[in-house]
Amino acid sequence: MELCSFLTLDSFITDPLTHDFMRKALLMSSLVAAVCGFLSSYLTLKGWALMGDAVSHSVMPGVVVAYALGLPFSLGAFIFGVGSVALIGFIKQKSRVKEDTVIGLVFTGFFALGIVLVSKIKSNIDLHSILFGSPLGISLSDVKQTIFISLLVVILLSIFRKDLMLYCFDPRHAKTVGINVFFLHYLLLTCLSLAAVVGLQSVGIILVVAMLITPGATAYLLTDKFDNMTVISVLSAIISSLIGIYVSFWFDLETGGSIVLAQTFIFLFAFLFAPRYGIFKLKKLFAGYK
Amino acid sequence: MESINYQNFRIDAENICVDYNGKVALYDANLRLKPGQICGLVGMNGAGKTTFFNALTGFVNISKGKIRINGESVRSAQKDQTIAYVPQNEGIDSQFPISVWDVVMMGRYGSMNIFRTPRESDVQAVKDAIKRVDLTDHSSTPIGNLSGGQRKRTFLARAIAQRASIFLLDEPFSGVDIRTEKLISELFIQFKNEGKTILLSTHDMIHVREFCDLVLLINKTVVAYGETSEVFTPENITTTFGGISPDFLFGPES
Repeated sequence: MELCSFLTLDSFITDPLTHDFMRKALLMSSLVAAVCGFLSSYLTLKGWALMGDAVSHSVMPGVVVAYALGLPFSLGAFIFGVGSVALIGFIKQKSRVKEDTVIGLVFTGFFALGIVLVSKIKSNIDLHSILFGSPLGISLSDVKQTIFISLLVVILLSIFRKDLMLYCFDPRHAKTVGINVFFLHYLLLTCLSLAAVVGLQSVGIILVVAMLITPGATAYLLTDKFDNMTVISVLSAIISSLIGIYVSFWFDLETGGSIVLAQTFIFLFAFLFAPRYGIFKLKKLFAGYK
Repeated sequence: MESINYQNFRIDAENICVDYNGKVALYDANLRLKPGQICGLVGMNGAGKTTFFNALTGFVNISKGKIRINGESVRSAQKDQTIAYVPQNEGIDSQFPISVWDVVMMGRYGSMNIFRTPRESDVQAVKDAIKRVDLTDHSSTPIGNLSGGQRKRTFLARAIAQRASIFLLDEPFSGVDIRTEKLISELFIQFKNEGKTILLSTHDMIHVREFCDLVLLINKTVVAYGETSEVFTPENITTTFGGISPDFLFGPES
């Protein structure tokens, strides 16, 4: 019996690996998850969830236009992602409308433009894969772009890791000691746009914001150290991706939704059982735990 | 014409104005402080105290006037780590996952390499600063687990580690315990003897009389400025607080 159940678990994991598209999906999604998870620590501490939602939705017309013109989709997405933030800043400054309203207004406008463009531009764009992601059908050129962007974001975040932490924590001090806060602000926005671009391949535009905030929120409940938070965030993002893809393979479920749902469950687990900040404070159960 | 040697002034703000999208927050404000002077910045909420700090640190741009820090521009003061800002407790995210040590180390960032790798001297500076505010036992404590007073001391240690010559303190005595208050006042005397210049905002009138050589009363602009004993009069205070009598301000709630 034991051997039998072991074999089942074993084949649960190894069977999908015999398919080329599954190996590629698992690898790519893990990479994307790691990048988004890394950034996630900063976004949750900075309070940029809504901004993440805005940027990820706003890249839609950029993706469509880039496809139509035969350009790398990441380029189009990046321009519209950063453009949306610039527009939000401009409208906020020049009108009396409150910021959250402006954010909601701008990103839905961009998103609607994207949907209209898809229906108008005759091409082989698959609306479903943009909206809900298609980690199982990722093309070779997309793989190259994803790897390139992911490495770029990881390198940028690694170099400016501490400065970005300071920027999120106390921008006024950063400015006072001569650190370029303007640069850090746009660096974080740039990374956000790029991460949204790679993230949307895994889970699609609608859910990509989850990749950018849920792992960070989970990690925030589990530690009081910034470095640990980054590590936990990245790990929980990768694990969620793997779980999501396996589950979607075996039970024939929507992959993007499964990945995000796995993240949500991990968050709920932390929410309930985190040693210090969970509802049931597991810490009390372990004597001598520190 | 008499020429003024600007080098003598740590802070020299001349007719500065700050506006946010056309809304005037501060206008025609002047302030001159020398090394070793402690000046109290007193005014209502929204009178421009934080704006004044922001202008001095370069966090907001002034629309008119001139600011010289040690005779140089605000930009070069930033580069030289001349000014340290100690925020209000409410002004920071106390749940940020960061330890006392990490916060104090941030005081050294401006003089580190791009990766902010601490050198031996940085580690020593941080150690010394934490010791001076009496938090050595709490070095690795997350700031979320500190009391209000301990958190205030953490940011004071950051300013010390920065080796700044000008300290700007936003409400240094609000929400702190007796022990912290005593420690801060002892540090003020040390800072003064070290020739540092301190500008602190406060609601508490008693602290102004106790610590401040000079006082700057503001209400969008300078109402009065000078030696505390001369300027800190009931009339001036009443004007600063928009006609509210000082009896009310000195009441049990202040």
